[in-house]
Amino acid sequence: MSNLWELSIKEIHSGLSSGEFSSHDLVMSYIERVRKVEPIVQSFISVTESLAVEQAAKADEAISRGESHILTGVPVQIKDIISTAGIPTTCASKMLENYVPPFDATVVTKLLNQNAVILGKGNMDEFGMGSSCEHSAFHSTHNPWDPKRVPGGSSGGGGASVAANEIAYALGSDTGGSIRQPAAFNGVVGLKPTYGSVSRYGLVAYASSFDQIGPITKTVADCAIVFDAIKGPDASDATCVSRTYDEISANLDQSFTTSTPLKAGSPIRIGIPEEFFTEGISPGVKKVIDDAIRQLESLGAMLEPVSLPNTVHALACYYIIAPSECSANLARFDGVKFGYSDRNTPDMWESMERTRGHGFGPEVKRRIMMGTYALSSGYYEAYYTKAQRVRTLIRQEYDEIFKKVDVLVTPTSPVIAFPLGDKLDDPVEMYNVDICTIPANIAGLPAISVPCGFSENMPVGMQLIGKAFTEPLLFDVAYAFEQSTMWHQMKPQI
Amino acid sequence: MELDIDQVKHLASLARIDLSLEDLEELSKQLGDIFDQFESLRGLNLESVAPTAHIADSTNITREDQVGNSLTTDEVLVNAPVRNGDFFQVNPVLEE
Repeated sequence: MSNLWELSIKEIHSGLSSGEFSSHDLVMSYIERVRKVEPIVQSFISVTESLAVEQAAKADEAISRGESHILTGVPVQIKDIISTAGIPTTCASKMLENYVPPFDATVVTKLLNQNAVILGKGNMDEFGMGSSCEHSAFHSTHNPWDPKRVPGGSSGGGGASVAANEIAYALGSDTGGSIRQPAAFNGVVGLKPTYGSVSRYGLVAYASSFDQIGPITKTVADCAIVFDAIKGPDASDATCVSRTYDEISANLDQSFTTSTPLKAGSPIRIGIPEEFFTEGISPGVKKVIDDAIRQLESLGAMLEPVSLPNTVHALACYYIIAPSECSANLARFDGVKFGYSDRNTPDMWESMERTRGHGFGPEVKRRIMMGTYALSSGYYEAYYTKAQRVRTLIRQEYDEIFKKVDVLVTPTSPVIAFPLGDKLDDPVEMYNVDICTIPANIAGLPAISVPCGFSENMPVGMQLIGKAFTEPLLFDVAYAFEQSTMWHQMKPQI
Repeated sequence: MELDIDQVKHLASLARIDLSLEDLEELSKQLGDIFDQFESLRGLNLESVAPTAHIADSTNITREDQVGNSLTTDEVLVNAPVRNGDFFQVNPVLEE
């Protein structure tokens, strides 16, 4: 038998159900694996070993009572921006270094209701702001394919831990690409769900009109399993809409019964937006994506070149609105109710300014300042309102395109994982990396990144973008592609 | 474009962030570089386009007005940097 830490969620579930191994065995196997590779990868902010062992015992009891769900007994790493009752939730910030939430995020409650096992909290860029995981106040995470390179961000801990087999799956959050880009950089699967399909209750807010929680997994089928488990309306999040999806994971296998699964019935129409293949895309990434597109065609998809001309305005639109929302959301960190507090001055305002000056890291302060500028009197119309209008244009453009095609295919990132330190001193260059992922957040659309090849021995991800609430279709296409290729079976030698 | 130090200082006071002179100087350059990237929006004629404030189409989500569970006072105050009885304590705001 292979190592337990190599198994997918599906394989784990069948092993646990048949009694081949217990959740305890599985957790001990992961703990050993984490001890071995964590000194190199550093994907966790905290490892909750003893809690995991306790939860595994509970899971094993549930299984022996016949109360087993698909995620029962399966270890998960949760991004440290998602609230976990009794477990520190730091947002990778000095501001929340000692913060222990008194409540669980809705997604965490949903996992715990299935008797999932929390093995720890994932490293990230501070408050989700960054594309390399280097903006963590505690330590950088290293890409398991090449530890001198970044794992991407902001959910870099999730991407790296799943790729390094330190965990069965991870929960991340995606505001401008923070699930998909690390998934691509690490050769794993990541889904940014439709805005409003997964509850944000308990997700520490960065930019509320973009943020979504989603899975990072080893396979497409696993991604569907986790999405099935966390989606659904929530009275605690008014933007989380009541929408009925069919169970996606249960129906996936049926989509792959022929050699041309994308033509079962009428062929799936796949749009290739030219704007994602021009400026800034590395030739190596372009070649891999071109090959992947041909593979989709051979599976029966109908390809159609399309154009989304407002893509050139997406970065500006995002980097005005997201920091504006951030500057409002992060006003809550004032050193009064929770978190770091500098009281070495008798004056309350000065105490607040020092708290925020010392508690936040450079990127967070930069974005608060950007947002404050864009929202300040005299600039509000020129920047914030203008960006909101551009958001409408981009949205409309996607509405129109999805009358012609079912799915769009693009690179997830224009480049492969870059060396640590490479872009750290140039914020503009770091922001440009998000160009392919940002539009889906602007328009609230679902998008999944799937491993599709290698460039310079580093993984490349293909992004599939769909119309709002068409995750089932995205999963069908992603699954058909994955099952016809070997990319998801490639693992870093670590 | 470059924001001058006084502008950056003003923003920092609006955002209530204490910044060193070094930080202010760096930010005045960086914010200028960043907002230069947004110049592409300037030429767009957007008067007839309504702004999108929120992507979800839903409006007026309501629920039954029922009493539910909420955090206890102790749970709410458990992370308070300085607690005084059932209150968060701050440094004095009013002068004597």
